[in-house]
This record gives sequence, structure tokens and C-alpha cells, in this order.
Amino acid sequence: MVKLKINGQEQNWDGDPDLPLLWFIRDEIGLTGTKFGCGQALCGSCTVIIDKQAVRACITSVSDAAGREVTTIEGLHPTGDHPVQKAWRQVNVPQCGYCQAGQIMQAAALLTDNPKPSHDQIREAMSGNICRCGCYQRIENAVHLASTGV
Amino acid sequence: MNILTNPSRLRGFEKHIKIENVSRRSILKTLGLAGGFVLAAPVMIRPSFAYETGAGKMPHGVVVDPRVFVSIAPDGIVTIIAHRSEMGTGVRTSLPLIVAEELEADWSRVRVQQAHGDEVKFGNQDTDGSRSTRHYLIPMRQIGASARTMLEQAAAKRWGVPAGEVKAVNHEVVHSASGRKLGFGELAADAAKESVPSVEGLKLKNPKDFRYLGKGEIGIVDLHDITTGAAHYGGDVRLPGMKYAVIARPPVTGGKLVSFDPADTLKVSGVEKVMEVKGWPWPSKFQPLGGVAVIARNTGAAIKGCNALKVTWDDGANAKYDSVAYRAELEAAARKPGLIVRKEGDVEAALKSADRVIVGEYYLPHFAHASMEPPVAVANVKGDKAEVWAPVQSPGGTREDVAKTLGIPEENVTVNVTLLGGGFGRKSKCDFALEAALLSKELGVPVKVQWTREDDVRHDFLHTVSVERIEAGLDKSGKVIAWRHRSVAPSIASTFAAGTVHQAPFELGMGLIDNPFEIANLQCENPEAAAHTRIGWFRSVSNIPRAFAVQSMVAEIAQATNRDPKDMLLELIGSPRIVNLSSVKDPWNYGEPYDSYPIDTARLRKVVELVADKGGWGRSVPKGHGLGIAVHRSFVSYIATIVEVAVDDKGKLTVPRVDTAIDCGTYVNPERIQSQIEGAAIMGLSLAKHGEVTFKDGKVQQGNFDDYPVIRIDESPAVTNVYIVPPASPDTPPSGVGEPGVPPFAPALINAIFAATGKRIRAMPIGKQLEA
Repeated sequence: MVKLKINGQEQNWDGDPDLPLLWFIRDEIGLTGTKFGCGQALCGSCTVIIDKQAVRACITSVSDAAGREVTTIEGLHPTGDHPVQKAWRQVNVPQCGYCQAGQIMQAAALLTDNPKPSHDQIREAMSGNICRCGCYQRIENAVHLASTGV
Repeated sequence: MNILTNPSRLRGFEKHIKIENVSRRSILKTLGLAGGFVLAAPVMIRPSFAYETGAGKMPHGVVVDPRVFVSIAPDGIVTIIAHRSEMGTGVRTSLPLIVAEELEADWSRVRVQQAHGDEVKFGNQDTDGSRSTRHYLIPMRQIGASARTMLEQAAAKRWGVPAGEVKAVNHEVVHSASGRKLGFGELAADAAKESVPSVEGLKLKNPKDFRYLGKGEIGIVDLHDITTGAAHYGGDVRLPGMKYAVIARPPVTGGKLVSFDPADTLKVSGVEKVMEVKGWPWPSKFQPLGGVAVIARNTGAAIKGCNALKVTWDDGANAKYDSVAYRAELEAAARKPGLIVRKEGDVEAALKSADRVIVGEYYLPHFAHASMEPPVAVANVKGDKAEVWAPVQSPGGTREDVAKTLGIPEENVTVNVTLLGGGFGRKSKCDFALEAALLSKELGVPVKVQWTREDDVRHDFLHTVSVERIEAGLDKSGKVIAWRHRSVAPSIASTFAAGTVHQAPFELGMGLIDNPFEIANLQCENPEAAAHTRIGWFRSVSNIPRAFAVQSMVAEIAQATNRDPKDMLLELIGSPRIVNLSSVKDPWNYGEPYDSYPIDTARLRKVVELVADKGGWGRSVPKGHGLGIAVHRSFVSYIATIVEVAVDDKGKLTVPRVDTAIDCGTYVNPERIQSQIEGAAIMGLSLAKHGEVTFKDGKVQQGNFDDYPVIRIDESPAVTNVYIVPPASPDTPPSGVGEPGVPPFAPALINAIFAATGKRIRAMPIGKQLEA
């Protein structure tokens, strides 16, 4: 039995301890905001925050998260008004929107670690998150906006 | 059912394919089944509009009926149906916004509801071909105006005044003479009893009074939900008792299952069952490829189980498909005469008499769509009824195909359209939804089929692979007097008809036979090429290789004759005129009437001049930098791009700046046009720099973003500037936006690389070519 916390709630798992956290979150808990994109930590769509670190849930097993605090997009802010979320809306970042939960979680973790990232630091920190629609210019602008106050 | 009696569907290809039972749709049947006030197509001949569109020729045409698209609740909340699929263009917002504009609805009190797949009710729903705004701007205005008129009539009756004295303004109807007002909610019940006004008699708003259209101030309706994780995509559907399936498919297109050993799979925790999935013979159209499904309690277990599966396949007829050998075949074919598809003057004689002939041969490999959301669908089949939830671009076609695949009546199939996590043409093909339907039928429970990224890349309907060869003959003064363009590529039609070796008119019409250059002797040829994998539409389709070849050639001629590439481009485009395509048997023209949507070289010239002006063509750039320019008309829009590149001494390529000018006629939401063009630059850079799917022994050699890389933020252009040409008048027909940004990007980039380095790239992707 693995015990972990997701968005502040205790969760238990007595199935395969190697199950990727992504599928536990999506299929077993039913929090579908975290997305599947590649399964190999190549695209960042499944990014969640574990103990302040951005983590790819597709290659993190449930047992790796045992006893830890997992935050998904649904738990980032109670009303969806984290500065990054607000900035995202102000800049009209999304096109299809599928990768955006992962992008937002990555950006939130970046700003926790580095509240005033430079242009290059934003690009470097966000480079693990693919957006096939190509919203990068706006992602960069939104992260910058979130870091300077929305 | 004979193909000739049916309208074409999707991109209009099927009427050109000589097989039966591909196109299954009949306008007559539509009218027979539809109740109420339904118009199919005649809206296009309204005299008050200066143009017609091809909307009426799409399967099931256009439905202009406010009762289908608009409902108003007693509390005043207006619900407007979005009948097209949202994959990132903003269409789910912009079409309802058009209705709200004419309805005089207050957007803050409008809710958007997604239509399920039902083209009898809603008209054509195929969200592809950059068509939604161009086909629906007028019908949506008419729907809004019609509903507004009904509200006004109801208010006039209530007050006992002539209808001409009342007016809808911002969610209420007012009688200014008496100062009386009634909200939309208060009038809704009475308005519903009013007869629907005739389209001919409708009064549309004067565009100068528009509050929303053309402004770009309204964000997409899903914006908040996207930022909080509440937006629902195909994989986010959860049903009680639902099982999760992942499928092992034949690694070679057209291959078949021989046998499988499920023992190791069944040992995986969470796996419940292993079963065969029915496949269809090659060419399989949109039907499933077949294979072995692993059924589990969650997706993770199904993937793990699938990886443990031991399967023996019969690879079939395409087992020898090899990209290196195939490229040589295409090149050989391009060097010999082929089927002549456009002929102006005498190109043979002109090439012989030319002072010099410049030859360019350009290769573009297959690429995969790789939308961030891999194909996924949920189906719940109970007896002779089926319900599907899927991110599909073709809800109507999906409904037909599910019905046919399960052998049940179409009326018994409900297709719910979720948000699409990207589409780019891949999700016009519903094979993944059919897989879910087949499995749910067999298991008797709801089933979700999830494709992995590897499934997506390896079993895609890939962008075609092509060789484009252009010979340009110049006279002594350097003027181009002859142009022969041979295009060799397996056709999308091959996915539907065995033995297809020529491209269909809709492919030839994408930058080949519609060449706008003013050259006396111009010939286009299409030598034969057979397909060995599934070929499909990819955002902007054949325009990608054509713009790459034609616009590279322009720069090559400029270089050879010591001319400025922009001046060379304008010289070849020639005088402002309507290009005469009367020598072409089927000019296609994106399905649009040529009178409304001709090739207008004045507009083509204008975007070149605009981007040159705004983008600072000719400006001095630092050492190692270079500027490139390209222009291309596609989806009846005109787009020109300037790319600035920087190439360092190790061959590392970066893009400091992109400038793009677009003339898409009358437009709805300039803010979303800008986002589409920004994204098109990224997609263009992806395919130019990295995009390549290759085959060996019939199998795709790539699988995920490590070996099929796409552009990431750290490689993306530092800035993309977008300039939208204002429509010449409110009667300027709207044209495409979603796709046309892609084609000119790669040649502008390639031309910029030449300017920076003197290296001419003639084969995509660029890969390591600059490192040598």
C-alpha cells in the first residue's frame, strides 16, 4: 500500500507500485487536468509539482511519490488565480490548450525557484515543455508577466 | 451508391477517385430528413453579398436556422451552438461570436454549446481546409439576424407597434418612441412562436456598427478552463465501468496479425484481457489497422501489458518500403516527362532556346502530425446503439463510419465532440474512434482507446513525401521565359483507392497548377508515384513542398542573375491581374468559385510589399545573419514571410525574427489570426529543421519526440510579427487562416540561410546540413 497526498488529500494505492503517477492521477483518482503526451518525459504535458519541484508524472512511479505532496493543475490555486494562470489568460497564451496545464505547472515551479527569471532562464526552464501549436512567444511573455506582477 | 451521385466530403477528393462506396452522403437525403426551416446552400446566392462560397457543395451544405443554433432561456442567457471542432484556431468562439454580433447579444450573457455530430441538423461539420470562417461568416450572420428579427417581432406584437419601430440593442429590444424595453429573456418564449423570417428579407447589421467582429477583444471561451485543467479533451471522458485499451498494430502498413502470445501481458498487474481487433485490408481508408488490444483497469497497465505482448505479423505488400530507395525512385521519376496537368505556351521549345537553364530539385520527407494529444476515444456500445466521445475534426463523418463499422443505423450513433488537443488534419480520420467502438461492442462496457506517442508517429496518416523539380529557362537579359515544374509524390487518394499513382486535383491545386507567375511558357507535370503507407492531410498539405520548391527557385534565379530576391519575386508574379486558369481541366481552387476567389496577383504583390516594408527587407544584419523572403497563396489567402536567421560558425541555426503579412479577406478575430500565424512559424520551423519520418523494411524508424523532434521554446523565433491586411470592403470574401501561414515559412527560412551562409538547402529537414 502506497500512501501519498494529492492536492492536500490523502490517497492510497494497493496496485502496481510501478504504475506511473500520471495514470494514477488521471485514471484512478480522476483528476484529468494533467495530460499524457509522450510517456517518456520528453514533452512535459504531464508536469506536476512534487515538493516544489516540477516533475514529469509519466515516468514517476506512484511509489516514488510515496509520502510526498503532489500538486496538480487542479490544486495550483483554489480559484485558478495563481499569478501564472492569470498571466496566461491576460496574454491569451493557449491555442488548443492541451499542453498548457504542464506549461503552467512548469512555470509556477520556475517562479517558486527563481521569482525574476531572465529571458534566457525562462527559455531554458520551459524547454522541456512542447507546444505543438507553437504558443512559445506568448508563454515566454506570460511567464515574464507573472514574474513582474499581473 | 454511385460516387457520382454523391457530393464530395472532407477536402473534395473523392469525386476524383474512381471507386464506389467511398462517399456516402447525399444532399437529397438531408433535405428529406430535415424538419423545419432548413436551407441547404441557397444562402450563397443572396444578391446583397458580392460573393459566393463553396459551402453549399460540402456534404450536407449549410443550415441557416436560428432554432437549430440559438436558444434563449427566460433568465436571458443565450446559448449558441458551435458545430465545428475546436483544435486551437478559436473557431468554437469565433462562429458563435458572429451569431452574437448580429443577434445584438451581450457576449457576457452568451454560453457556447458544442454540437454533437449531426450534419442533417447542423450542416457540414468537417473542420478542415481552413474553411470555417470562409464558409460560415455569412450563414452565422444570417442566423443571428434571423433570431434578432424574431425577438423584435415578438416585442412589437407585445407592445402593439409596427415591427419597424423596435430595435434589438445589447440584449434587449427597445421601442425608442415610448421608451419601453424588454430583455431577451422576457421575449424568448414569444419569439420562439414567431415564424422564422426568410433569408432574403433579413436585414444584416452595417459592419461599421460591429461590436465584436474584426476587433480581437474577446478571448476564447475555453481560456479559463484551459488554465485550470477543467477543459475536457478526448482522454478526459470517464464513464462508470469503463475499461482502458492500448493496441499493438501491424508495424507495416497493410500488414496482418498472424498470432499472439498473451501470457506475459496477462501477468501485468491491472491487465484484464487481451483480444484481437479487427483490421481492414490495405488501402484501409479511415478504418482501423487491426491488431491486438490489451484491456486493463487503467492506461498505465494497458501500456505495460502491450509492451509485454509477443506478436507475429505478416508484413504484407509494403514490407520493403525504404525511404532512401524511395527518394531515388521519386528523383528518377522527376527527371522524366510526366502527366501534363497545366500547359501554357511551349515550354520544350522555350527551354531549348533559353540562354541558360537553372534546375532545382527539392526533396521533402514524410512527417507526422504529432499533435500533443495523441489519438484517443471513448465508446459505449449497447445493442444497436452507440455513443462516442472523441476529439474529431469530422463529427459527421465519424458518425457515419461508426454506424457502418458496427452495422447499425446512423440515427443510433451519437458522436460527442470534445476539445481537440491539436488536430492538424490527423483527427479528420476517425480510425481511433472506430477502434473504441469495436472494442466496446465486443466487451459490452465503455472502452477508452489511448494511442501512445509511438503509436501516433508510427501509424499516422503521414504527410506525403515528394520531389519537386523545377527547370527555369532564362533569356539573355535574365528574364524567365520558361518554367517546368514536375511534382512527384504519393497521393492522399491512395489511402482510399488501390493503384493510385497520380495526385488528385485537390493536391495539384495546392501550389502547382495554380502557379501565379507571369511566364509565357509554363508547364506542370505529375509523374507517377505509388504509396506504401497511409498518406493524409497535414496542415496546409501539398502547399508545403510546392512553396518550398517554387520560392526556393525564385531565390536561386535571383542569385544566378544577381538580383534582389524580393524584386525577382515581384517580377515573376508580374502585373496585377487575375490569373487565367482556363487551360487547367480542374483548377480546384480550394473548392471555391473562381469568380469570388480568383488568384489576384495584386493581392499577392501587396503582401510581399507589405512584409518587405514592415519587416525591413534589405536592412543590414549582423555577420552570420541573413534575410529570406517567400510568398504563397493557399486556402485562398495570401501570405508573405520574411525570416531572419543567424548561423554561427558551428552551424547552429537560430531565428531572431519573423515577419508575416496575411491577406485573408474579411476577418472575425485578428487576435486569433495572429496566434495562428505565430504558431505556423513554429510548425514551419519544426518541419524545416527536424521533421522527418523515415521507413526501413516497411517500418517507421521514429517513435517519440527524441527521434522525431519538434521545435521547443529555446529554439523558437525570438519574435514573430504579424501584419493583417484590412479587407478592401465588407464584401471581400473571408479566406483561410489555420493553414496558410505554414507554406511560406520554410522557403523564407531556407532563403535566409542562403543569404547568411551561401549554403542552399534543397532537401528537408535541415538537420545537420549546416554543420558540414
